Amino acid sequence: MAKQQAQKNHKNAKKRSMPPMAVKPTMVKLPKGSNAITPSKDKHKWAPTFEFNYAPAPEATDFVKIETRQQLFIDGKFVAPKSGKYFPSINPANATQISEIAEANEADVELAVSSARRAYDKTWSKLSGKERGKYLFRIARIMQERSRELAVVETLDGGKPIKESRDIDIPLAAAHFFYYAGWADKLEHAFPGRQVASIGVAGQVIPWNFPLMMAAWKIAPALATGNTVVLKPAETTSLTALLLADICRQAELPDGVVNIITGAGSTGKALLSHNGIQKIAFTGSTDVGKQIAAAAAGSGKRLTLELGGKSAHIVFEDAALDQAVEGVINGIFFNQGHVCCAGSRLLLEESIANIFVQKLKRRMKQLRVGDPLDKNTDIGAINSAEQLGRIRELVAAGRKEGGDFFETSCALPTKGFFHRPCFFDGVTSSSTISRVEVFGPVLAISTFRTPDEAIQKANDTTYGLAAGVWSEKGSKIHKTALGLKAGVIWANTYNKFDPASPFGGYFESGFGREGGRHGLLPYLEVR
Amino acid sequence: MGDLQIRMPSGARIPFSRVPVDMVGVHERADSFTKRSIKNESKLGALYASLTMLDLTTLEGMDTPGKVRQLCSKARHPVPALMHAELAKLKKQFQPIPSVAAVCVYPSLVPYAKEYLDGSGIKIAAVSTAFPSGQAPEDVKLLDVKRAVQLGADEIDMVIDRGAFLSGRYQKVFDEIVKVKDICGEKVHLKVILETGELKTYDHVRLASDMAMEAGADFIKTSTGKVQPAATMPVTLVMLQAIADYHDRTGRMVGMKPAGGIRTSKQAIHYLCMVNETLGQQWLTPDWFRFGASVLLNDILRQIFKQVTGRYYYDKAFSTD
Repeated sequence: MAKQQAQKNHKNAKKRSMPPMAVKPTMVKLPKGSNAITPSKDKHKWAPTFEFNYAPAPEATDFVKIETRQQLFIDGKFVAPKSGKYFPSINPANATQISEIAEANEADVELAVSSARRAYDKTWSKLSGKERGKYLFRIARIMQERSRELAVVETLDGGKPIKESRDIDIPLAAAHFFYYAGWADKLEHAFPGRQVASIGVAGQVIPWNFPLMMAAWKIAPALATGNTVVLKPAETTSLTALLLADICRQAELPDGVVNIITGAGSTGKALLSHNGIQKIAFTGSTDVGKQIAAAAAGSGKRLTLELGGKSAHIVFEDAALDQAVEGVINGIFFNQGHVCCAGSRLLLEESIANIFVQKLKRRMKQLRVGDPLDKNTDIGAINSAEQLGRIRELVAAGRKEGGDFFETSCALPTKGFFHRPCFFDGVTSSSTISRVEVFGPVLAISTFRTPDEAIQKANDTTYGLAAGVWSEKGSKIHKTALGLKAGVIWANTYNKFDPASPFGGYFESGFGREGGRHGLLPYLEVR
Repeated sequence: MGDLQIRMPSGARIPFSRVPVDMVGVHERADSFTKRSIKNESKLGALYASLTMLDLTTLEGMDTPGKVRQLCSKARHPVPALMHAELAKLKKQFQPIPSVAAVCVYPSLVPYAKEYLDGSGIKIAAVSTAFPSGQAPEDVKLLDVKRAVQLGADEIDMVIDRGAFLSGRYQKVFDEIVKVKDICGEKVHLKVILETGELKTYDHVRLASDMAMEAGADFIKTSTGKVQPAATMPVTLVMLQAIADYHDRTGRMVGMKPAGGIRTSKQAIHYLCMVNETLGQQWLTPDWFRFGASVLLNDILRQIFKQVTGRYYYDKAFSTD
């Protein structure tokens, strides 16, 4: 009886026109105004929907004071550059100048390196690991106390959303100092059976994508292992490195242990070619990395390079699809795609390619592009006019080559440097957009048929920094991971960093590792 | 993750896909909605909307007509008329406080609710199918529904048979929902309570959601409120994603109701962000989204008054029930 009634009722349910879930769902295209959407017949009295627009929610900046002119930090003091030259620092969100940065010349580099040398000989190498650790703990704590200021300045200077500076960059930077503070007095246990010793002065050059975090990744292990440093931040993002210098001063770090010299390419070159340094650490583009490697050859300087990437993001058909979409979004659009390990090549198992791309499009439309200081912004400003130009160039080249291009249709701010999140669907391993690192919110999507093919395509690149694998089958993840030639492999997640976890690449993504026990090696003589 | 076979009302046996859900990913995405900062006019709009989406509830053994009368009175006018008038004098643009969406009671109290809510437009939801446990013979559960509908309920909140679900008797779970929907017919809306706190894993919640929708649910609901944990943002997100996929496949909209554990306006607004960004604006109406909450009401009132007057009223300013 019940069965007949049920059958009668459900026979009339014309809305259920699709086959039940025997097949993995494909998107049903509904004609406009179709009756498939059925509002309830007994409508309530109030308005049918309310338009939920998020009002502006700007982070307060009135407590932050940025000096109109910044100096160099050498030998524990802020000093004017010998060159007498300064260059503007631009806020990429509105293309206005927020400060002037000192341009260090060779004389400044000489002063900084000799200060670092003197600090190493007279002070830092004489301290026990425990004492060094205390300074690092102090720096970490002060970073936490000043975290709000650091986050706001990071966003103003570099254009990344305040949500990211506040929740990811600054906490991770402090975490690196906490982590390496812990190693400072345990170095004899780091490599059992081996003796360790510090190297001397490290010359370090960092990029603009995670300004403070990169500074922490460089300075913390160097200091923990007993070395002193001269660090050059990227010219478009010098402000938080200089705040870190102020924090070192506040922590009463002995003079000369940390020196921050600002400037552009020529300053970096002068620093890394100075014969007073014993170690070079560089994070940046592969092209510049090659030049540095060539220049360092035969100089006796230790070298580590953390360069670019074109990392593969693999999604198998047995992945948790909605969560994989989140992972892919995070992998390429986090920090506007300015991430060396960005998952910029999406490899989809062909059987779920269509539905995945539909879900991806729908999710991308929710991404809010705009004022980095707005707490609801998901995608902030591109770091500079040059970088925006590069991204546009590559996107244009990609569109010329063919493939389906999709870009969200959100409004962009009228001032500043912004780019909408976008992807190229149906690209192949030989497309420009699959080979070249864009360093922007641009995703290249292609398909594969089998796990072997996924591995082969993922490895088909000159880079080897990172990769992501999505599947609910553990054995498949392990097998795939073993085949991938990448320094960092994420399973059912992406862009997860921890100071205890070593980070670095294969091939043209560089060599050497930062983070973890491995991160101590570049800064030690191990005997 | 093997496929299971479900016999559809038409008689056909169909393999029912189990959609896997990654717990860590769900938690991260759910957490991202708590970072949304909703201010000023958006906040006020969201507060009013939340109020219109509330289902006030009394589900106790000691419920009496008097208790129900109190609940219905609060449902009709959360704020006394005099207070309304005073505020309207103070702020010309003050929008009147609307009444809530529905009142949820045990079937024997439905006639009293009907009397006290007469003419208000507020719906009466009756829990049934041996709420909250669902552990009764099937004919008893169906009679429970039949009688609740006869007594005048506009909505039925049924519970799925978790015992059957967790022992793999999915056909029983499915058939029960179909039968209950039959009894409800077109006019009475069926909310299917999954009791996510007993299903535990997100994979189970997803399967139960898919089954309920396929069987004819008008709404899927997280909890009875009698088991902890009740509604959480991650579990709600899993159900919203199930609804999105079902809508893509069939074109039919299904509503969602998180019940229990939502105490503050801030939380409610985060839920609205989640619905907004997962399903879209279409779902942001009491026809398709409800909050099962009681304590929330006064917090919404407090926040509305703060937005309008600039001051927080102390807790005694609003009646407790």
